Amino acid sequence: MDDRSSLDALISECERVAFDLQFARAKDWKHDPAASGRWIAGYLPIYIPREIIHAMGGLPVGIMGTGDRMQIIKGDAYYQSYICHLPRGVVELALAGAFDEFDVFLFPSICDVIRNLSGMFQIFRPSAYVKYLDLPQNFSPGVGGTFYRHDLENTMDGIRRHLGDTLKHVPRGEWVARLNYSIHLYNENRRRIERIVELRQEFPWRLSAVDWYHVLRAGLAMPVEEHNNILYELEGLLQEERGRKLDNIRVVVSGAFCEQPPVGLIKTIEMAGCYIVDDDFMLGSRWIEGDIPDDTDDPLGAIVTAYLDHSTFSASLYEAAPASGTKVERLAELVRKRKADGVIFASASFCDPALLDRPELQLGIERAEIRTIGVQYSEHTGQFKSIKEEVGAFSDSIKLWDSESGTHTWLPTVLEG
Amino acid sequence: MAIAPPPFFKAKPPAKPVEVVKERSMLLQKEMLAKQFHDLSAAKETGRKVVYTFVPGNLSELILAFDMLPVYPEINALQWGMRKKSGSMIRDAEKYGYSEDVCTYVKCDIGMFLNGNIGPTGEKLPPPDLLLLSYTGCFTFLKWFENLQKLYPGVPVAMLHTPYAADGKITGEMVTYMVKQLEEEVIPKMEMVSGKKFDREKLSQHLGYARDSEDWISKIFALTKQKPSPIDAYFAGVYYIGPINAGFRGAESAVEYYRQLYLEVAERAAHGKTPVTPEGDLEEERFRLVVEGPPNWTHFREFWKLFYDMGAVVVASSYTKVGGLFDEGFRHDPEKPFESLARYCMGCYTNISLPERINLLERFIKEYKADGFLINSIKSCNSFSAGQLLIMRELEQRLGIPVSFIESDLVDPRYFSYANIKNRLDSFFQMMEQRKRAGSHHSEGRGSLLLPIVESEAVA
Repeated sequence: MDDRSSLDALISECERVAFDLQFARAKDWKHDPAASGRWIAGYLPIYIPREIIHAMGGLPVGIMGTGDRMQIIKGDAYYQSYICHLPRGVVELALAGAFDEFDVFLFPSICDVIRNLSGMFQIFRPSAYVKYLDLPQNFSPGVGGTFYRHDLENTMDGIRRHLGDTLKHVPRGEWVARLNYSIHLYNENRRRIERIVELRQEFPWRLSAVDWYHVLRAGLAMPVEEHNNILYELEGLLQEERGRKLDNIRVVVSGAFCEQPPVGLIKTIEMAGCYIVDDDFMLGSRWIEGDIPDDTDDPLGAIVTAYLDHSTFSASLYEAAPASGTKVERLAELVRKRKADGVIFASASFCDPALLDRPELQLGIERAEIRTIGVQYSEHTGQFKSIKEEVGAFSDSIKLWDSESGTHTWLPTVLEG
Repeated sequence: MAIAPPPFFKAKPPAKPVEVVKERSMLLQKEMLAKQFHDLSAAKETGRKVVYTFVPGNLSELILAFDMLPVYPEINALQWGMRKKSGSMIRDAEKYGYSEDVCTYVKCDIGMFLNGNIGPTGEKLPPPDLLLLSYTGCFTFLKWFENLQKLYPGVPVAMLHTPYAADGKITGEMVTYMVKQLEEEVIPKMEMVSGKKFDREKLSQHLGYARDSEDWISKIFALTKQKPSPIDAYFAGVYYIGPINAGFRGAESAVEYYRQLYLEVAERAAHGKTPVTPEGDLEEERFRLVVEGPPNWTHFREFWKLFYDMGAVVVASSYTKVGGLFDEGFRHDPEKPFESLARYCMGCYTNISLPERINLLERFIKEYKADGFLINSIKSCNSFSAGQLLIMRELEQRLGIPVSFIESDLVDPRYFSYANIKNRLDSFFQMMEQRKRAGSHHSEGRGSLLLPIVESEAVA
């Protein structure tokens, strides 16, 4: 198989896993006859420390909604028209039995809709362990850190109680080694993701944003070891020149951290003349910036500290007086790092966290002399004509006017074959 | 052939303009709030420091202990809504960049800022000296104050993260987390801003007043168990919770207010009186309701009239518990000041889990002998609204009583559709009437105004 075929096959497999709403890959893993004691933990956006699930012998599976791949009927009966779309798909899947083999559900604190969905799951799935993970909004180690650690310990205790004999007792020394190893694997995952993001920054035409999206999303539904292998292979394949360099502007997409944009929207942004060089689509996979120490005697403490000190910026996190800068500063820094020409604020309709962040964020970014545009979507949006026109005009305006003034950072104006 | 409507549906003759009847307590409360707004407008001259904070999980006693003045942005918004002025403020915020989709309390507040921060009484509100973000039961609060932080650059923010009681209990670790935040984050910032040293005894004294007010208000709301109910626990209830939610809980004046109010309501109860409506005493209590969700403020009077015209009385509501579940037994404890502040915050209605909300509403329906259960679902408020359709289904299944679901908004007049709400309520009242005629709450088929799209079995 040549490189192109290998890449196509890899992407195709990732797309299949990413949008398999029956989670067959995870269920196959659970029922592997060669293994025993396996279990599945479904989690909602944005972030949970997947390392802990992995070290306990479970498979964390991201529940990111149904996108435009499923007609929602029952889910709509549980939500008013002014609630975002993500939970409708999640309820639809739950009622259709897609999660029947899931043992644990984790709902990280992000907004009131996801919070209340945790209570709905306590009713829908009384036989599963349902836990609301109350990520602290106080980042002092002795206050928020202590609380977070307790919450993680309570979560682990709850999982152990729920799974009972499925989990064998692990002596403390072995547990420390296990958790450190899991941290190591997820460090590796984040590093490989970052390397591909950097490659795409330099050569965005080699891997489309849609294809990259499928690879990232697939990582939420398969063991991290397999995803690491895929990322390794992909990185190798992307060393070779491929694709066609276009006279596109370079954009960062921000605000799509929970309900995911339909793939058609990502494609539309690209077709409207934009290379997406960074985004927050699968933010949970990149939540912790940098490595978590994987050789300590207290790996749980390392996970807690990483959350307190090395979380990325997000609408779901309280912006106190962050040492690492405000959200505006960090987004502006990301734009500069990626040599982007502008920011597309893309948020799900009725997403309070993202939409309440947007006015001040957009104002701040524009004050930093970065061009912006804002769009709203729903995960099942099917029409993109107006968005294509808006984004196309945005792209053209940067290409035409900023190029003249020398601020358009993307140089080639000639299409290359 | 024209069919005469049943007596039940005979429309009342058009109401003549009537002089609005107000209970004495309403007038007293109006005076208290007016004084508070006046004190706020004079804060610059008097040197008193101003704290912006929220109703759920509010720390009134602490604010009083530092002799600071509170501003509650959501109360300003609802007051503007009742004065039918919120619409233009919301549109101004939308012009500024806020989406049509987001909370209208926030947009009304931002719009008020953009228009010079004039309060509902027409007096200019002072800017905050401290933003006290009591992040209780509503994620939007956090975003709201992040926005205010940008509008008032340099103003310190004290963040109090209230853990969500997701598992139906408050653990020692949750209490410890909150107490530490009070000790290390909130109180130092209040000391810094006020220039005063924290006085534990003063706090305990205010907590004692709070406990007494909570005793009285619990007794008042318990009187609606009587038939007929002497008050409406929703439409009048929102007036009654005014002082305890708007900065007076912990003040001696609130104890006196609630004592007076209790005497007033108890007297009505002793004489078998029905609730006072804006058009006088209700003729007859025909339907007893439990209501979930906040009211609409922009058309409050019209909304209320839809109920009292039909003889419907709300005997218990969840909205009147957003500032604390006192009738479930919680009391502030002067002996354990920080712990009781923490437990208070965590026990507010919107901070309890969905299953616990259902259990609580079930108890209300049973204990207050309600004929029906109604949800007023609010577009703006995900904290209340997300999951309400499941709440309704669960209660319908458990109790077999008529249920209904209407939609409106807090302060955005664009989302109040009188005709839709009236149609839905008429059907609901008709259903309850039929049930009453049948003489049984439970033996008849279930009644619901939600289209039965999902089979019940699939939910279980």
